[in-house]
Amino acid sequence: MSEEIDSAQRVAIGISFGNSYSSIAFTTSEGKAEVIANEEGDRQIPSILSYVDGEELQGTQAKAQFVRNAKNTVAYFRDFLGQEFKSIDPTPCHQSAHPVQHESTIAFKIRDTAEEAENTITVSEITTRHLKRLKNSASEYLGKKVNAAVITVPTNFSDAQKTALSKAAKEAGIEVLQFINEPVAAVLAYDARPEAKLADKIILVADLGGTRSDVAVIASRGGIYTILATVHDYEVSGFKLDQVLMDHFAKEYMKKHKSGGDPRENDRSSAKLKLESEAVKKALSIGTSANFSVESLANGLDFTATINRTRYDLLASKHFAAYARLVTHAVEKAQLDPLDISEIILAGGNSHTPKVASALRSAFPDSTTILAPSTSPTSINPSELSVRGAAIQASLIQRFELEDIEQSTHPMVTVTPHLSHAVGVLCISGEESSGVFHAIVDAETPLPVRRSAIIATPREGGDVLIKLCEGAGHIKVTKPEPKPKKEKEEKDSDDDDESEEEEEELREKTWKVGKVLAEAALKGVKKGAKVEVQISISASLDVNCIFREVGGKGGVRGLLAGPKLVQNGSA
Amino acid sequence: MAAVQIALPLPVLPEGWSGERDFKAIEHLSHATDRNIEPVGPHFLAHARRKRHKRTFSEDDRIQAQVNVKKVEDDDSGEISEPEDPLMLQREAKDWKGQDHYAVLGLSKYRYRATEDQIKRAHRKKVLKHHPDKKAAAGGTEDDQFFKCIQKATEILLDPAKRRQYDSVDEGANVEPPTKKETQKGNFYKLWGKVFDSEARFSKVQPVPKLGNENSTKAEVEHFYNFWYNFDSWRSFEYLDEDVPDDNENRDQKRHVERKNQNARRKKKTEDTARLRKLVDDALALDERIRKFKQQEHAQRNKKRLDKEAEQKRLAEEAAKTKEEEARLKAEKEAAEKAEKLESKKAKEAAKNAAKKNKRVVRGSVKEANYFHSAGDVPAAQIDFALNDVDLIITKVDNEELAALTSKLSSKKDPGEIKQIFQEEVKRLVGAGKLKEGETKSLSA
Repeated sequence: MSEEIDSAQRVAIGISFGNSYSSIAFTTSEGKAEVIANEEGDRQIPSILSYVDGEELQGTQAKAQFVRNAKNTVAYFRDFLGQEFKSIDPTPCHQSAHPVQHESTIAFKIRDTAEEAENTITVSEITTRHLKRLKNSASEYLGKKVNAAVITVPTNFSDAQKTALSKAAKEAGIEVLQFINEPVAAVLAYDARPEAKLADKIILVADLGGTRSDVAVIASRGGIYTILATVHDYEVSGFKLDQVLMDHFAKEYMKKHKSGGDPRENDRSSAKLKLESEAVKKALSIGTSANFSVESLANGLDFTATINRTRYDLLASKHFAAYARLVTHAVEKAQLDPLDISEIILAGGNSHTPKVASALRSAFPDSTTILAPSTSPTSINPSELSVRGAAIQASLIQRFELEDIEQSTHPMVTVTPHLSHAVGVLCISGEESSGVFHAIVDAETPLPVRRSAIIATPREGGDVLIKLCEGAGHIKVTKPEPKPKKEKEEKDSDDDDESEEEEEELREKTWKVGKVLAEAALKGVKKGAKVEVQISISASLDVNCIFREVGGKGGVRGLLAGPKLVQNGSA
Repeated sequence: MAAVQIALPLPVLPEGWSGERDFKAIEHLSHATDRNIEPVGPHFLAHARRKRHKRTFSEDDRIQAQVNVKKVEDDDSGEISEPEDPLMLQREAKDWKGQDHYAVLGLSKYRYRATEDQIKRAHRKKVLKHHPDKKAAAGGTEDDQFFKCIQKATEILLDPAKRRQYDSVDEGANVEPPTKKETQKGNFYKLWGKVFDSEARFSKVQPVPKLGNENSTKAEVEHFYNFWYNFDSWRSFEYLDEDVPDDNENRDQKRHVERKNQNARRKKKTEDTARLRKLVDDALALDERIRKFKQQEHAQRNKKRLDKEAEQKRLAEEAAKTKEEEARLKAEKEAAEKAEKLESKKAKEAAKNAAKKNKRVVRGSVKEANYFHSAGDVPAAQIDFALNDVDLIITKVDNEELAALTSKLSSKKDPGEIKQIFQEEVKRLVGAGKLKEGETKSLSA
């Protein structure tokens, strides 16, 4: 499979390749992304390979080998790819094959053949084998040979890591069409739903995985995404939650069997404990109580126990608070306020935990939608978000030539000027003297952009003045007063029907009017008519605006030159 | 993106406001920040398209719309592009067995690959063109022969069973195998690939393995030929049957024809199987890869032996080399010894000569010293004594001592001094125990 695949014969899937789990998805002819279950029926395939007498096991079967065959089981290797030995953290591999330095890369010493001798298998080779298995599962499911993929990577994946992954994929017979960032894939998965409406919003994606947690703040402007800030944390992770349960059950066990000894001190018992703890954690995300049961946990003694969700929430409360802190930290890093965040997308396996969602719920205002299984019934399975996004992207670009894709993802195209302030018009509210700013184009919108707005006119019609100005977001902190507050402007631009039912709040987002950019007069507007304002801002910050009465002829046009050349113009 | 709806009213134009054409620019926008947008999603693709082709929003909208429209047109006009052969247009409908149904419908480049949809659409187009009513309207004759041909072709091609029968004998889809000469020019894979692709249509098992190229592995090639030697064909030859007479004819005659047809079919099928087998044989015989694999296998088997032989050869060479080296060293050594011998012989001779000379000098010096006689003429006995003594001394000293003695004596003329030197020499010799006291009588005094 060395020759380049013709774009017409390409069968592309989306692959989400994580440290703990991987998944594969494709897009149906109706444009819906569907996650593929492998031969064992798993949609979340553990990224683990295990070798038993020369036979390769992958996924859930390989995971079970943690107990019996830990030394020949390779797990949590994604982050090692393309790295140097000195810069990796081998902690997650404590219970499986340990990474060792091999030339300039990282390898594992395992017995992958029927012979006794240990072989040194590089991480890139392991990845190739893993991807090959994923590819075969997908090919079998689709009945067509899969030969290309869009793969999701964390936002801090370096170019060297991408190159290494791309090489490993090529070895596995997969042509990587594009690498896309995991959080963006999650946003894409939500935006690709047929009921999704295109809106300007700021989305926070919290990806809570097994070995690491990543948070990204993304501005979505007319379907174009810009990452404003990212936070990565290797401490706040799903493993910590497993650890809480492991500790809990180990203590329970020791209480019950005084002579049993600590199951955590024995490798095999500890592996059993860990596997079952993970299962209990998953069960607690669905039900309110779960059974822990391991045969022959340590010293040949069986152990069964029950835990309810409240208990678990209490035990792990420290970690849930850490999640909330991590997310708030990301918002701060983007120099935004929780009020600016219109949506939080929870991705990754641990987002199933209801307490994580509720911890975030209390950290953010009500105006923020939290998309997690426990808070929103329409949410997409958090474990499948990034793979769905990848599948959608794959279906979008699979007919393109590789060169085309390369050119389109080149910095020449992706680096774009973004508006530093919102641009909008001044309207009047109650009193005529003071204007109220209404954004038409939000801040952080990539240029060029074209937007239009329809604005009401005074009841009696006549001549109107349109003031185009810049606005800056401002958080107003007010004490509760009986006087009704102004509505939050951010919401206005998103909602089609404006309503005055905003409740009183201590903190609210208002607009501060910045400098006035231009004024225009529209004369003789009919009674009850509306005015349409269309603004196009070019990449060089030239503003082209058209003001006209809806359904009317003519109208006023104006050109506002960019900062370098200031001149008036009209057409 | 949908327009933003703002319900709050705009302010009324204040008195005295004026601007050029009702527009007044006041300030320019604040500077923008450069950020990376994520290359993901349909809206980004639109953005990339605009940016790469430097289009504005409205231009891009228009071009995209045009592109979409064009696609539909292309799809529609695809199949009718085939020109119609004037000879074909004159065909009689009753000769339908001999007609090329695909050509009639303008599908000769698709043939067995044509989909049902394509056939339907091709039929519709042909009907629109060749309908007898249309021809009549155009003032032509009421010639509906070709129209009937079209109908017959459609009838056959849209019935899967009939189509299969026709495809079995469709000459137009056959690809003649290349001759040996053609193949040997070097494009085996291209020429034979086409042949096998065309034969593959008869396979009950799909997909059929491809011929591949010179880089195919042994397993692939073996699989390919195994497949073709066990080829399971659905090809049948009912289409070429002779027409069975109507019912009202002789029953025996009818049965006879039927039997004849059966036999003909069987015969043709056998012939076809034999033909295919020969074709595969030919291909196999010409296939370079088979030879290559055999050679490789052979090489593999012989590798050990060859390795061993090479090892032996190497060892033998090494041994010869060392032998040669030894011989050379020996020769050198011998030459050196010979030279040394010669040298020492020379030296000995020289030493001998020197000793002779020294002896002469010493004897001479005795004469100089007047045979150790005090003065006057020397008696003969004294001469004898002195000469004997000196000879004795000479025999007792070795060459070096002789040389030393000679050098001491050489410049001396005075008989006393010479005598003294001799006496000293005698004393030294006596001291060394070589000479006994009083043995040299002439020198004792």
